[in-house]
Amino acid sequence: MEIVPILSALRRNKVGAILVALQIALTLAVVANGMSIIQGHLAAMGRPSGIDEADIFTLQNHWVGEPEDLHESIEADLAALRNTPGVQDAEATNSYPLRGGGWGWGIRLKPDQTNGGATSTTLYFNDTHGLDAMGLKLVAGRWFSASEIQVMRVDDQKATPSAVLTAALAKKLFPKGDAVGQVIYMVTNAPVRVIGVVERAQTPWPAQGFGDEFAEYSTFLPLQFVANQMSYLVRARPGQLAAVMHAAPDRLYAVTRQRVIDQLMPFSETRTRAYQIQKSESWLLGTVCGLLLAITGFGTVGLTMYWVAQRRRQIGLRRALGARRIDILRYFHTENLLVAGTGAVLGVLGGLGANLWMATHMGTHRMSWVYIGIGALIVLVLCQLAVLWPAYRAASTPPSLATRGL
Amino acid sequence: MLGYYLNLALRTLRRNVILTSLIIAAVGVGIGAYMTVLTVLIAMSGDPIPDKSDRLFVPQIDVWGPNTRPKGDTGEVRLPPQFTYRDVTAFMQAHLAPRQAAMYPVGLDVTPPKGIPFSQGGRATYRDFFAMFEVPFKSGAAWSVKDETDRADVVVLGKTLAARLFPHSSAVGQTVSLGGRPYRVTGVLDAWSPTPRFYDVINGNAFADVEDFFIPFTTAIGHQMQTNGNYNCAVLPPSGWAGRLSGECIWFGFWAELPNAAAVRHYKQYLINYSAEQQRLGRFHWPPLVQLNNVHQWLALMHVIPDEVRVNSLLAFGFLTVCLVNAVGLMLARFSARASEFGVRRALGATRSDIFLQCLTETAVVGVLGGILGLALTALGLAANRASLGYLAQYVGGLMRLDPQVMALTVALAVGATLCSGLYPTWRATRVQPALQLKAQ
Repeated sequence: MEIVPILSALRRNKVGAILVALQIALTLAVVANGMSIIQGHLAAMGRPSGIDEADIFTLQNHWVGEPEDLHESIEADLAALRNTPGVQDAEATNSYPLRGGGWGWGIRLKPDQTNGGATSTTLYFNDTHGLDAMGLKLVAGRWFSASEIQVMRVDDQKATPSAVLTAALAKKLFPKGDAVGQVIYMVTNAPVRVIGVVERAQTPWPAQGFGDEFAEYSTFLPLQFVANQMSYLVRARPGQLAAVMHAAPDRLYAVTRQRVIDQLMPFSETRTRAYQIQKSESWLLGTVCGLLLAITGFGTVGLTMYWVAQRRRQIGLRRALGARRIDILRYFHTENLLVAGTGAVLGVLGGLGANLWMATHMGTHRMSWVYIGIGALIVLVLCQLAVLWPAYRAASTPPSLATRGL
Repeated sequence: MLGYYLNLALRTLRRNVILTSLIIAAVGVGIGAYMTVLTVLIAMSGDPIPDKSDRLFVPQIDVWGPNTRPKGDTGEVRLPPQFTYRDVTAFMQAHLAPRQAAMYPVGLDVTPPKGIPFSQGGRATYRDFFAMFEVPFKSGAAWSVKDETDRADVVVLGKTLAARLFPHSSAVGQTVSLGGRPYRVTGVLDAWSPTPRFYDVINGNAFADVEDFFIPFTTAIGHQMQTNGNYNCAVLPPSGWAGRLSGECIWFGFWAELPNAAAVRHYKQYLINYSAEQQRLGRFHWPPLVQLNNVHQWLALMHVIPDEVRVNSLLAFGFLTVCLVNAVGLMLARFSARASEFGVRRALGATRSDIFLQCLTETAVVGVLGGILGLALTALGLAANRASLGYLAQYVGGLMRLDPQVMALTVALAVGATLCSGLYPTWRATRVQPALQLKAQ
């Protein structure tokens, strides 16, 4: 009904309309891509590691001048830690979820398979305490018994007879769900039997998002890793974490002072550090998106105010000829919807294009239609709000005043 | 005349405060966001050793063969980025470059005369490292060739560690306890912080600080020190330390200084011959494939600038564009509202170029104000970015500094961008028909 006069009026003010549409298109493209990246980060950061995060702390231990019997020294340290009041269990390991560094390896389903094998996995070396110390949830089979545990020194190649897998890895290797009892091949060509499956245990490397399958491809081997650079992982009884963490260094120093204890931190800190970049980038992008919406909003208010001021006489004329306030309001809102809508369509196309380009050239995630759809809706509502005040002021113009100069 | 326009511009600013502040805010916020990201990108893309970045080279050979060598994103050939012990010692012995150094990162405990031990990161390398990379010495010098052949326990300390261990005296000639053994200090470095830390971008953060101590490569191998960095094997090495040295695992870096194109060609030929010989000996089952990259090529190949930073700068550029489009619209409104003023000026004899100059002066003033706001917002943005990086700030916090060049760039960019966005509105202002405007008065 009103569209034709609006269009012919817009044609007389092409540049202004194009500028607003262009600005909305760019805003939408940037905000939608930003939101999609933030969403990917949040998904990665929210992924559970599978261990009892609230009660665990870790530290890196290193002896000054190598002790005569490393294995004995580790056992002495672990005994001291396990005897600390408030400790549930403790273990020495090569790595743990989200640590940042660890061991990667290829799993094969046949002994002579080459080229990386069936899939890659991270290797965690654990003794009988591993399950309890990490608070893992066993969903099938069993954990290692004392007779299976072997000592592994740096540069050793040990063939273990058994392994425990995460559910995600078990499903990848044995999609039928019958992983327990099956045979896989790892370091050597000797068969390794799967004896158990744990619900979840993330790799040492932070996940890229929920789509990252490798994030939970972890294998536990019954090996007591013996080296002069070990991670100790301690699980406190509920509510005792702070007290145990405070007491632990002194307990270890009581065994010997000839050591360096590094990176004593609760698991919550490990998690914070693992996702620091994602968190920082989310803040940066969130701020940019917020500012962008504000700038576009204020800019639209400013431009609409100017347009309205330019057309005060036209408004007065229409009012004098019988148009109601609501007609004037509706005119400006429809006009804004037309311009912003054009911008939104361009923005959706441009945003998806930019996302596609970044996904192929920079490895970012593909964005779903939902985000850009929501983004378009937000921008349209914002623009309608921006036009509200100037349009209301225009509609309140007394016809006599507006037509006086005519 | 320009002074008069400047005076006019300052007066007009006060007359139309809301619209003008919106323009200044749009320019300032856009510039602030873009420069916050650009500062990091500029710092990351700097040349760490400008004097000779085109004369320092990293060779690469195909140790692992076509089946196991790493693959690039688009399937292009990528050679292993580090070396086996066997190859790196062969290169050192061949001595085909005037200066060359094999290296790997080590971690050792430092036991101070008083107090408890602490761990420090160091680097095992050859003495050419210091001359080749123009490392400044505060006192003393590098260890000698004899120290290298004797596998002597000698050390060059970084400035910070030397000051921590020997706050009141010179460290040179003193003894430091590293990993439970006494080392004699031969030299102390002055402040040195190449950004990125180009000589090792594989082990640890490429923007981390330089190591705290340097020991001879041969000494570290003699003491069976493991690497503090990556240790990658395509096939399982034999057991024990001997296996570590004889196996096909890569954990060493190697740099060579090649003074001219002839030397580069010569060295490349050597790498091909070496690989061919390994093939003849039955070690490599594939034809030679070699690469020789200088500092720039190497940093690009190793992807030293993270994709996140590039994505961020693209987004920030999009943001700046939106802000400028916004400013164009607002300036259009601002000049159109003053059509009658321009009409009067034209009627009184001002030419179109006079109006053009007047509007441009005004735009420049707005640009300068936007630039100042942008500068403040950049400083704020960098501080916020540093704070949000948490523990990572110790590695990359140094990249987030506003130096005079970046500050000048910020203001210049603001004025330039504002002038560009002001061109169309200004041109429109000069098209005002004096007669039409006067009639409407």
